[in-house]
Amino acid sequence: MIQNIPLSYYLVISTLMFFIGIYGFLTRRNLITMLMSVELILNSVNINFVAFNRYLYPQQLEGHFFMLIVIAVAAAEAAVAIAIIINIYRNFKSIDVENVDEMKY
Amino acid sequence: MLNQVMFFLFGAMIVIFSLLTVTSRKVLRAAVYLLFVLISTAGLYFALSYNFLAAVQLTVYAGGIVVLIIFSILLTSHVSERAVMAPLKQSLLSALATVAGATLTLLTILQFGFVPSEGTDPYFNITDIGNQLISYKRDGYALPFEVVSVLLLAAMIGAIVVAKKERTLKK
Repeated sequence: MIQNIPLSYYLVISTLMFFIGIYGFLTRRNLITMLMSVELILNSVNINFVAFNRYLYPQQLEGHFFMLIVIAVAAAEAAVAIAIIINIYRNFKSIDVENVDEMKY
Repeated sequence: MLNQVMFFLFGAMIVIFSLLTVTSRKVLRAAVYLLFVLISTAGLYFALSYNFLAAVQLTVYAGGIVVLIIFSILLTSHVSERAVMAPLKQSLLSALATVAGATLTLLTILQFGFVPSEGTDPYFNITDIGNQLISYKRDGYALPFEVVSVLLLAAMIGAIVVAKKERTLKK
């Protein structure tokens, strides 16, 4: 199934996705969209793990496990982050990072 | 031939919808674009003939996390609300830094010659994956598995505690 597709194509796609995620994290001002940028970054890392596993070590399963663990961590992170965001919204009536500066020294 | 067509289709979808995710002014639309990105990623895993990973990607990411994000968007903002973007100077600087980083990484990747290992398509069924995941012998992944399960439990309890409504003392 992977004939005629070099490994670097997968890496190019995941690199573009990673840096688009970083751009979104730097420019967005809404906490939920920042969280979505972080999900993009984590997902691009997953593509890397899986592609390396398939191309370089096809008889082993290490990439599978790393990908599953990254997904579990991403799910935990999303759950906690959304709990914090909802709490912030309850206290500040806004989830804009510019408005949440209560603890800024 | 067909696999190349599918690969480039999914790759183009990933890049285009990632860009739309980080630039769309409407938050709910950004979440739907993120859903498209995650589904295209599952398509890439299918192209690599890793069916189990694609299924996990579809259920956990596209089914779980995106639904969670959409719920929280609906709880915290109006659907028609337009997101505020960073000032122009900051956007330009971020774009410059990002493009510079991407160029550097892409040059490095394209210069390095990866040698794919030869051989037929491997076939794993889910039993192999599960057996090695919970094996404690050589090449087993029992410890990370346990650590992740404890992490998930802690995150679950933490999310409940943080999002719980505080009992107000003054009446």
